[in-house]
Amino acid sequence: MKKNILIDSAQIENILIRMSHEIIEKNINLDELCIIGIHSRGDILSYRIADLINNKKLCKIKSGHIDVTFYRDDFMSNLGSHEIGPSNINFDINNLNVIIIDDVLFTGRTIRAAMDEIFSYGRPKSIQLGVLVDRGHRQLPIKANYVGKNIPTSSNQNILVHVKEVDGQDEVILV
Amino acid sequence: METKHLLGLDSTSLNDITTIIDTGFLFRDILERPIKRVPTLTGKNIVNLFFENSTRTKISFELAEKRLSADITNFSSSTSSVKKGESLKDTIQNIHSMKMDCVVIRHPIPGSSKQLTNYVDSVVINAGDGTHEHPTQALLDMMSIKEKFGKIAGIKVGIVGDILHSRVALSNIYGLVKLGAEVKVCGPSHLIQRNIEDLGVSVTYDVDELIEWADVLNVLRIQNERMGLGIIPSIREYREFFGITQSRLENHKKEIVIMHPGPMNRGVEIDSQVADGDQAIILNQVLNGVAVRMSVLYLLLGDINLEV
Repeated sequence: MKKNILIDSAQIENILIRMSHEIIEKNINLDELCIIGIHSRGDILSYRIADLINNKKLCKIKSGHIDVTFYRDDFMSNLGSHEIGPSNINFDINNLNVIIIDDVLFTGRTIRAAMDEIFSYGRPKSIQLGVLVDRGHRQLPIKANYVGKNIPTSSNQNILVHVKEVDGQDEVILV
Repeated sequence: METKHLLGLDSTSLNDITTIIDTGFLFRDILERPIKRVPTLTGKNIVNLFFENSTRTKISFELAEKRLSADITNFSSSTSSVKKGESLKDTIQNIHSMKMDCVVIRHPIPGSSKQLTNYVDSVVINAGDGTHEHPTQALLDMMSIKEKFGKIAGIKVGIVGDILHSRVALSNIYGLVKLGAEVKVCGPSHLIQRNIEDLGVSVTYDVDELIEWADVLNVLRIQNERMGLGIIPSIREYREFFGITQSRLENHKKEIVIMHPGPMNRGVEIDSQVADGDQAIILNQVLNGVAVRMSVLYLLLGDINLEV
């Protein structure tokens, strides 16, 4: 398998800074905002974005993470083994503007599952979506509000986002 | 999962047991949410066949199935054609032709769930077969121990009561020994199998010795239905020798966790004060029961390979 680095760690950092600024720009009331990352990788990116916003605006925005495995429509045929993690949303989600963060936006099924899961916690005021990479091939009518980078791919390619907390290094690679 | 059915913990691998318990904690999380339901098993048909009375296990399985969004059918022998003389095999085959994905069965005859696997190709889950095994009860007991202590290996678990007739005890022994816990059983000598040491447990006939040794006590129900059979001379005598009473626990100045699979005979095998005391995790066990059964159903019906 050929390893092809599409985005390196410095670029990832810049992209996350830009996305956090976009989020601040679009969401005036940060008290009503919460950021929820999707396990795995999306949760780590979401905590980084939350930290960037906190440092910039000297505030403490609500953040949490979810694992959508139990909500997926394709968990039986899903990409094989997947380590399930716990979900952690320890605040009241009712009437908040939720931003879902994931690493790669592909078919849109993960995001659909994430929205279902979020509704099992309550009724948010709105849901927005931020992704590091949008690789196309949507199967559902879902569009991201904040996109790190659009990378058109063919369906037999795969894009992996690595983060240093899990994989030892920040990078986005094409395999 | 390595196993297709859950018939007993004797036939379930260490890996599978660990996976079931670890996944159980994820479902515990879901039970704390405002909406305690996930769509995971949408479209799966599950039948609960109960040929024996049950409150906890039946409700627990039903809740677990509903919270995974499965379609469920309930069957209890007292209101069925079994009363007209239909055999187990015929009942099962009829139910099977109605295309069930999973059968949860409780039956008074040991081995009945294993027998069932010969007739149907659905997933079979044993919810108690006579005096043989009750695997989901043992799984929830072990999950509760893990929740309390953070681990199972090395924990000293005492099981006290009628070991000979208890499917809960047998499943617990198989599971706990596999997971590396130390197990000591205690009860009247004629109610403990000879050679039970072969299963990797130790035996004592002195309940005070057991309390002194154990981190956790699993107190079994004294089955009143066996009283008339002359197995236990009298309830008062049993309480005197083997009852977990408040005064007995106070004599041992130590912390000990109390578990009970229910239903409890307060004042017989366990005092009300003990059952309602701080050291008891009995109601926690009930909650874990729903979570661990969700985990079993999810893992067996989902047919997925997890690397937890």
